Amino acid sequence: MTDMSELLKCENVSLGYEGSVVTKNLNFTVGSGDYLCILGENGSGKSTLIKALLGLKSPLSGEISFCGEVKKSEIGYLPQQTMVQRDFPASVREIVQSGCVNRCGIRPFYNKEEKKLASDMMKRLEITDLAKRCYRELSGGQQQRVLLARALCAARKMILLDEPVTGLDPKAANEMYELISGLNKKDGITVIMVSHDMNAAVKYASHILHIGGKQMFFGTKDEYMTSKIGQAFLSVMGGDDDE
Amino acid sequence: MSEILDTLKMYFEFPAVRYAMIVGLLIALCSSLLGVTLVMKRFSFIGDGLSHVAFGAMAVATVLGVTDNMLIIMPVTVISAVLLLRTGQNTRIKGDAAVAMISVGALALGYLLMNLAPKKGGRASANLSADVCSTLFGSTSILTLSLKDVIACIIMAVVVISVFFVFYNKIFAVTFDESFAKATGLHSDLYNLLIAVIIAVIIVFAMNFVGSLLISALIIFPALSAMRIFKSFRSVIICSVIISLFCAAFGIILSILAGTPVGSTIVAADIGVFLIFSLLSFCLRRD
Repeated sequence: MTDMSELLKCENVSLGYEGSVVTKNLNFTVGSGDYLCILGENGSGKSTLIKALLGLKSPLSGEISFCGEVKKSEIGYLPQQTMVQRDFPASVREIVQSGCVNRCGIRPFYNKEEKKLASDMMKRLEITDLAKRCYRELSGGQQQRVLLARALCAARKMILLDEPVTGLDPKAANEMYELISGLNKKDGITVIMVSHDMNAAVKYASHILHIGGKQMFFGTKDEYMTSKIGQAFLSVMGGDDDE
Repeated sequence: MSEILDTLKMYFEFPAVRYAMIVGLLIALCSSLLGVTLVMKRFSFIGDGLSHVAFGAMAVATVLGVTDNMLIIMPVTVISAVLLLRTGQNTRIKGDAAVAMISVGALALGYLLMNLAPKKGGRASANLSADVCSTLFGSTSILTLSLKDVIACIIMAVVVISVFFVFYNKIFAVTFDESFAKATGLHSDLYNLLIAVIIAVIIVFAMNFVGSLLISALIIFPALSAMRIFKSFRSVIICSVIISLFCAAFGIILSILAGTPVGSTIVAADIGVFLIFSLLSFCLRRD
């Protein structure tokens, strides 16, 4: 592993709902600056794992611990879009600023610092010119950028992305991946991404976690490419794509 | 024109008319504040359910002969709001069914109780249908408010507006994206609860005014109208408050002049504004 400063550690974690275990024996670590891609079929426990990482759900057994600079409430989160949001009357600025809401505590309004943070994040994701536009009038790709900017307002060290390109056309999806990759490489943000998209995973990620009922693989991308499961999965998913 | 003004002037010399105006505007203001949140969170149905619960509670209060209805109606409605929210969280269908069940049940039992009550007490029930009608659709006469009602209403309005201001950003975050808000450490359950309680309080106060069947209109219509045209959360809220105040004032004045029921006149004004705004947004979009 490249960087030894660990941010997140899962030890023998089992997840599930009462009585039924969805996935068990998860052991992995995420270091500062890593780009971890979580792969797995539907029902393999990916979304349960996300909930557990976000602290919305406690694991059945095992321990998820955060170390160093990141606390549990400091993960930026890009959830899948809901139908409600698609026609929500709110300006881009309002939505990006709402990422700062956890910084306020009991203070009712945003201070200068938080407003500046929101502006900086909009600049970083190249949506400054959209600031006054209405969210529901934006394209899918633009909407995802807005939500990503919001996630970055909530936490600048680590972001968790839940299928970030769902519903985007290939061009917008590519732009989104490049953007995320840029955040990871240039800004040093640790990325955890849940995805179906095998090709993108092996192209951008530094580490891969493959789950399906249990932990099937965890390691660097290169190890995954040469592993049995990785090769099997790649061939199934049409991995003989160029690159 | 001057004749109309003279008539209005004459009417406004009665304190009861002035009270009605004050209370009407305050209720309109409060109910429009949370309209957008309710519409976007798909909570509109809760407003409707709660107003029926409030009707049932009022019937119970009448039967029990409680002098101050509020003592029963307010806690029952607030508790129902909390309960409805709880069931709504599990699965959507279950929540929907629960609301339908509670609201229709409360309506039926309320009416039943109101029918039974006079017989038990040995009083004449000649006025029953008028009573029921005024509870459902608001008093035909707006001259029923006492100074105490007005003061209670002012206190309620101050509390609701200040709570809304203090929690504005949190309410926005919870309305726009509950899972994100939760993930970043906001107590979204708490804010949902807050929203439900505020709605319950507004509904109980508005019931005397527009009647329990028409309250939802007061909450939903201004927000829907404003959402047609405006593009940011803040402007939508400001606009819906203005629409709501305008419609309330217009409705009250018109009902004084034309002798129409207050509640339905206000709602009719709200519908009119909604149609105008829909037309406007249609025209704007075509350009």
